[in-house]
Amino acid sequence: MKDIAESYVTTDGRTIGPVVMEMKNITLRFGGVEAIKDISFNIREGEIRAIIGPNGAGKSSMLNVISGFYVPQEGEVWYKGARRPAMKPFEVARQGIARTFQNIALFEGMSVLDNVMTGRLTHMKTGLFAQSLWKGKAEAEEIENREVAEKIIDFLEIQAIRKTPVARLPYGLKKRVELARALAAEPSILLLDEPMAGMNVEEKEDMSRFILDVNDEFGTTIALIEHDMGVVMDLSDRVVVMDYGKKIGDGTPDDVRNNQDVIDAYLGVAHD
Amino acid sequence: MNEQLAFTIEVFANGLMAGVLYALVALGFVLIYKASGIFNYAQGVMALFAAMTLVGIQNGQVPFAHLINAIFGTEIHHFGWHVHSFLAILLTVVVMIALAWMVQQFVFKHLVGQEPIILFMATIGLAYFLEGVADLMWGSELKALNVCAAEGACLPQGMNLWLEGTTYEALGYGFFIDNLDIVATIVAAVLVAGLIMFAQYTKQGRAMRAVADDHQAALSVGVSLNFIWVLVWSLAGFVALVAGIMWGAKSGVQFSLSLIALKALPVLMLGGFTSIPGAIVGGLIIGVGEKLFEFLIGAPFLGGATENWFAYMLALVFLVFRPQGLFGEKIIERV
Repeated sequence: MKDIAESYVTTDGRTIGPVVMEMKNITLRFGGVEAIKDISFNIREGEIRAIIGPNGAGKSSMLNVISGFYVPQEGEVWYKGARRPAMKPFEVARQGIARTFQNIALFEGMSVLDNVMTGRLTHMKTGLFAQSLWKGKAEAEEIENREVAEKIIDFLEIQAIRKTPVARLPYGLKKRVELARALAAEPSILLLDEPMAGMNVEEKEDMSRFILDVNDEFGTTIALIEHDMGVVMDLSDRVVVMDYGKKIGDGTPDDVRNNQDVIDAYLGVAHD
Repeated sequence: MNEQLAFTIEVFANGLMAGVLYALVALGFVLIYKASGIFNYAQGVMALFAAMTLVGIQNGQVPFAHLINAIFGTEIHHFGWHVHSFLAILLTVVVMIALAWMVQQFVFKHLVGQEPIILFMATIGLAYFLEGVADLMWGSELKALNVCAAEGACLPQGMNLWLEGTTYEALGYGFFIDNLDIVATIVAAVLVAGLIMFAQYTKQGRAMRAVADDHQAALSVGVSLNFIWVLVWSLAGFVALVAGIMWGAKSGVQFSLSLIALKALPVLMLGGFTSIPGAIVGGLIIGVGEKLFEFLIGAPFLGGATENWFAYMLALVFLVFRPQGLFGEKIIERV
């Protein structure tokens, strides 16, 4: 077990930073159903952390806990060395945690550029009055943030559709626009809820490349949920495996691959 | 020039001006509906409340005077001063923002995620509550509304004689158009342009559009829904104030003012509940439509008074053939 404040270098030469987020004994219930049972794990700076598990394992619930959409009944969330009090999702977003959704939640009526610009909202500080007058600071701020947005649009290769209303885009591109919007926030932690769900092989390869590039280029810490085992093993530095709301494995892809509980969960062994 | 044609054009122009006022009320509906899915039945009462507050502040009336006098046995009705129109409008805006905040804080904050019909019922309750408060605060008698920028530079009343003179020379027929209508049209145009620019180019406008589009996604980019809802209720309150001033200047501030909200309904059916341009175009179509219909068909053949129902008939026809309105979002359900 490595110290939470220490950086280390992995066997394939990647440097992983200290722990930025720690989930301590999280339990989440919906009525009588326990979606998450007493789970603890951490996310380190600069790593790609995957959460995997069969359908209904509680992966999305866990992501929703991290992003503040669900508030767990028990357990603590520690972020950047301090315990996080119960928060609204928009407050979590303002703390630097951006996310995408399993069933794409974009602003369908807006252009791609406008969608990406909404990702910059947390970085725009001028007040209502200055914005309404559209003077000096407000204008400078818009230009500055526009530059960041354009950079990300270039990076994710969606320049050609900048002005297109999102509603007209095909599924694969929508997923990429959603990633762009989350990335525009320059988040400390980027949460991706099944970034490759419903994609064909080619689109999956593109998306994997973008995720790796983002991590590489911006050093963004990424936590993602994915169904496709092959993709997860290739992408991630460390993997949490969930099954029926419990954590059944945690470690490097190789550790997890050889874990008997994980093999059972995926191949199906009778639960008692 | 053919007299009949010239008269038709005048009726048309008058219809456009009336339409602008309908559009102003409809605009308030659209703002709130788009951002929160709430159909605000109280929009008309908000216009009434705003107009009454404005007059009350202008005249230095003591709010809740009757109540205070009844409880303490005093006889105060006026502070004894008159407030300049600009300052009074500014103060009324503050009151409307406070109202927006209270509506959100005490009513709709607790109804997040409820069925649309429940939200609608809440606005009906709000409408009657607000009407009662307006009555209690400022009294129920008919009041004249005079908004003046300076001595002698007031909101105009009466006909535009200049327009009549010039058109008489040019066409051999003089157009009568209300001065107030012209002012109302210009004010409405500026207001709409301002609102659209606010929505398009400011940070808060962008957040507002984000909330209108998808609540979850808006939360995920750090937008506080509560703040945006207070903002749209404030904007709707401001629009209500403008509508209240224009209608109030036209026909005095009285309780029937809140009924203009009903005329905004067919406007919304036509324009679509979610479209700002739709509210404008819908308002103009209804305004022109009912005036022209009355003039060309109603008065000669149907015995007149068609203005009362024409808008609703038109809306009914639209509901049958184009339920989403001219500019509304078409609802497509995949099977």
